[in-house]
Amino acid sequence: MSLQIISIILGSLTLASALMVVLSKHPVRSVIYLVITFFLITSMYIMMNAQFLAVVNMIVYAGAIMVLFLFVLMLLNLNKEVEPMATRGSQLAAFIAGGSLFLVLITALKDTLILGQSYRENHSQIGLVKELGNLLFSKYIVAFELTSILFIAAMVGAILLAKREKQIIE
Amino acid sequence: MQAASTIGTSLDFYLFVSFALFTIGAIGAMTRKNMIVLLMCIELMLNAVNLMLVTFSTYYNNGDAQIFVFFTMVVAAAEATVGLSIIIMAYRNLKSIDIDMYNKLKN
Repeated sequence: MSLQIISIILGSLTLASALMVVLSKHPVRSVIYLVITFFLITSMYIMMNAQFLAVVNMIVYAGAIMVLFLFVLMLLNLNKEVEPMATRGSQLAAFIAGGSLFLVLITALKDTLILGQSYRENHSQIGLVKELGNLLFSKYIVAFELTSILFIAAMVGAILLAKREKQIIE
Repeated sequence: MQAASTIGTSLDFYLFVSFALFTIGAIGAMTRKNMIVLLMCIELMLNAVNLMLVTFSTYYNNGDAQIFVFFTMVVAAAEATVGLSIIIMAYRNLKSIDIDMYNKLKN
């Protein structure tokens, strides 16, 4: 019973902070609310006993990626400018489109067979580091090695893009 | 009866949260004009999909989906890095972060 209350509170807090990401006018506040959202998603991973992904989510998302976003926001120094917002009409259109998307998804969820079946979340051992490590370094070893190539490509691309071009000397 | 007694800890609750997160991210990507906030909304949608994958992985007691989530996070990290450096370069050229200013390909 208490587990249900905890997960309902966590879910509603997640949705509230995700809404604040979209609704808050200031970009820095959006980043902070996004960090809170990622922490709450991490807590939901812990509720589902996906311990490895909880730790990775906390380190990679809430740690690395969000700090990167915050750095870029501070670097660009946008505080004096007025935040550009969409017009009323396109906002209304976006809300109608998003609402109908949500309606379709919920209708699809209602028709599934698995609805209402509970799972014993604390008995699932699949999310532990041992199980996932065995899987990652046997079945998915090629993909894991290819990941390093992806990271090298991303690093070279980021450095090349962000490097200041040579000034033309007159 | 089963659904009513396990509303907080059942599969459909997490699926509902995941759908709602994805919708919020999509609405944000459509309404906001700041390029960094657009990238953040894309991250929100990626996390919604990750949450759904973990939910099904726990439900079916199968670890493959969690490995997939791991690779999704890796690709998201690379994507955020390259996207932010593109934003920095674009800001240097036009001194603006408004997505509507970058319509040069239109003409």
